[in-house]
Amino acid sequence: MSHEAETETDAVHGVIAEFEHEADILAAAEAAYAAGYRKMDAYSPHPVDGLAEAMGFTKNRVPLIVLLGGLSGGATGFMMQWFSAVVHYPIDVGGRPLNSWPAFVPITFELTILFSAFASILGMLILNGLPKPYHPVFNAANFDSASSDRFFLCIESSDPMFETEGVKGFLEGFEPKSLSVVPVESDPGDREAEDS
Amino acid sequence: MHPQEPESSSAPAAVLAPGHTFTTVTDQLSDMVLVRPYEGRWFLCLGVGFSLVMTLFTAAAYLLFQGVGVWGIDVPVMWGFAIVNFVWWIGIGHAGTLISAILLLLKQDWRTSINRFSEAMTLFAVACAGMSPLLHLGRPWLFYWLMPYPNTMGLWPQWRSPLVWDVFAVSTYGTVSVIFWYVGLIPDLATFRDRSKNRWAKMGYGVFALGWNGSAKHWHRYRTAYLILAGLATPLVVSVHSVVSLDFAVSVLPGWHTTVFPPYFVAGAIFSGFAMVVTLAIPFRAWYGLYDYITARHLDNMAKIILATSLMVGYGYFMEGFMAWYGSSSFEKFALLYNRPFGPYAHSWRMMVFCNVLAPQILWFKWARSNVGLLWVVSIIVNIGMWLERYVIVITSLHRDFLPSSWSMYHGTVWDYATYYGTLGFFFTLLILFIRFLPAISITEMRELVHKTQHGHGRTTEASPETGS
Repeated sequence: MSHEAETETDAVHGVIAEFEHEADILAAAEAAYAAGYRKMDAYSPHPVDGLAEAMGFTKNRVPLIVLLGGLSGGATGFMMQWFSAVVHYPIDVGGRPLNSWPAFVPITFELTILFSAFASILGMLILNGLPKPYHPVFNAANFDSASSDRFFLCIESSDPMFETEGVKGFLEGFEPKSLSVVPVESDPGDREAEDS
Repeated sequence: MHPQEPESSSAPAAVLAPGHTFTTVTDQLSDMVLVRPYEGRWFLCLGVGFSLVMTLFTAAAYLLFQGVGVWGIDVPVMWGFAIVNFVWWIGIGHAGTLISAILLLLKQDWRTSINRFSEAMTLFAVACAGMSPLLHLGRPWLFYWLMPYPNTMGLWPQWRSPLVWDVFAVSTYGTVSVIFWYVGLIPDLATFRDRSKNRWAKMGYGVFALGWNGSAKHWHRYRTAYLILAGLATPLVVSVHSVVSLDFAVSVLPGWHTTVFPPYFVAGAIFSGFAMVVTLAIPFRAWYGLYDYITARHLDNMAKIILATSLMVGYGYFMEGFMAWYGSSSFEKFALLYNRPFGPYAHSWRMMVFCNVLAPQILWFKWARSNVGLLWVVSIIVNIGMWLERYVIVITSLHRDFLPSSWSMYHGTVWDYATYYGTLGFFFTLLILFIRFLPAISITEMRELVHKTQHGHGRTTEASPETGS
């Protein structure tokens, strides 16, 4: 965050525009990317097809993490049974093979699924930086409706091209429902109002 | 936005009543929890459920005090109600994951209204299922002996036993169901956090929403993770009841030792699970007036699945009998061709055939599928029939073993029934709490459905770059 801004006014997280329709925010996000903005994010109550891609976000490591989770689960499951049946506590039952791998398949399978499932939820949350109870974007006006029926596009101050008035003018062009500057720190007045 | 045309004339009934927007869907579904006042009948339901939970606690306490002898189990019937209830509950628990995962992968829009609710049903059913074998252990506080853990005796579980596979299968299934359910809940919890007026509710939902803010980047990973979880849950759900069936099929007992068991158990699980969803969904939608969300289309589709799986289950019964007749084991012939249909438990067997094979045949008729009351009655009959199926399988095969001198009869005692009705109460109580405090219909997915129905099924009517860039 920029320190010179803090001296005069509150630090700015970005400029946010509110839209009512999916098509509008898609168009705005594409145009912002085309105009050269890179540090931005869109907020929507449900996933919008192509919105992340429109902002140039295509990298998704979740599948790889799940694959690694699954492989480690399968390996753990099989090795545990193999180690116990062959090395640690071998029982000779009429000369039958100690490494009776077909009987080990169900547990190997179950642990593969179990580890993959943990990898997918943890991978998703960690890559998303969650849990994170506080985020500056929550300071945006009317942001509560981002989880109900409104779509928000925020161009962030960390973008090298960011300049509050310029971005405001740029987003104004898409005729958003509302447009506001998002401060980094929440307004203490808000909290008091909530308490009363 | 204005009400749109009902999607198309070809569909029999919409999966979502026309005229809904993001706003109306969000308002209605979240107001069910956040605005709706507490009603007397809700407390009444909770009271009934909780009294049964108390019954369960009493029965369990007496069991722990006295030992498993308070149940009707004895030699040779050493698996009684506990195993019957275990298989029954775990079967019911299959519909949730089936609806959530398999129908998601098959892109069935109609799953959206009922998936959250069925997932919750799954979790609670699995919890009830898990209780039965644990209480049956006799010394439930030593349950961790089922798991591999470093112990001074240097012992391991017997990996070649289906009973150990079952421990892994059921605990994995329970865990993955919780994960799947919770991942689905996160965005809806964020909606609740943003909309609730009560400070404590806001904090409570906020904690579990993990700071979800609906960022497009987050959604991107979220959708991938959710889809992968669905893909993982699909083989899992099939494996769980297969493994449960192997508990029986790997033994050498006539009536259990049969290769048709895994697919026939899975079909039976889906059968009973859907029946339970119908049993619960019909009163739920009437209570909350959710006719826009759980439409005639949903009930019709579920009725069709019940009919299809009923036929599979009927085929399973037939094949058991056929293989006994076709094979050469006199014990199996006795068990399946004489003892079950004509023996001392013939009443249970005949009732089972009526409930599971004959009664659902009425669902061939459209008028029967669209008659809500009738469908509800059929679903109850199926629930009873599936309980009887497990009763027949467990009891008839055990009570006539290979040695006629040890033959005997089995009857559940009052403590068996108290435990069983207690788990029903436990299940019911959790459901009542769930619909009161959590979004019982996925708000997020409903909004997606609104988007889909408004823009036709082609989806990409706007200039969306889709997978480009």
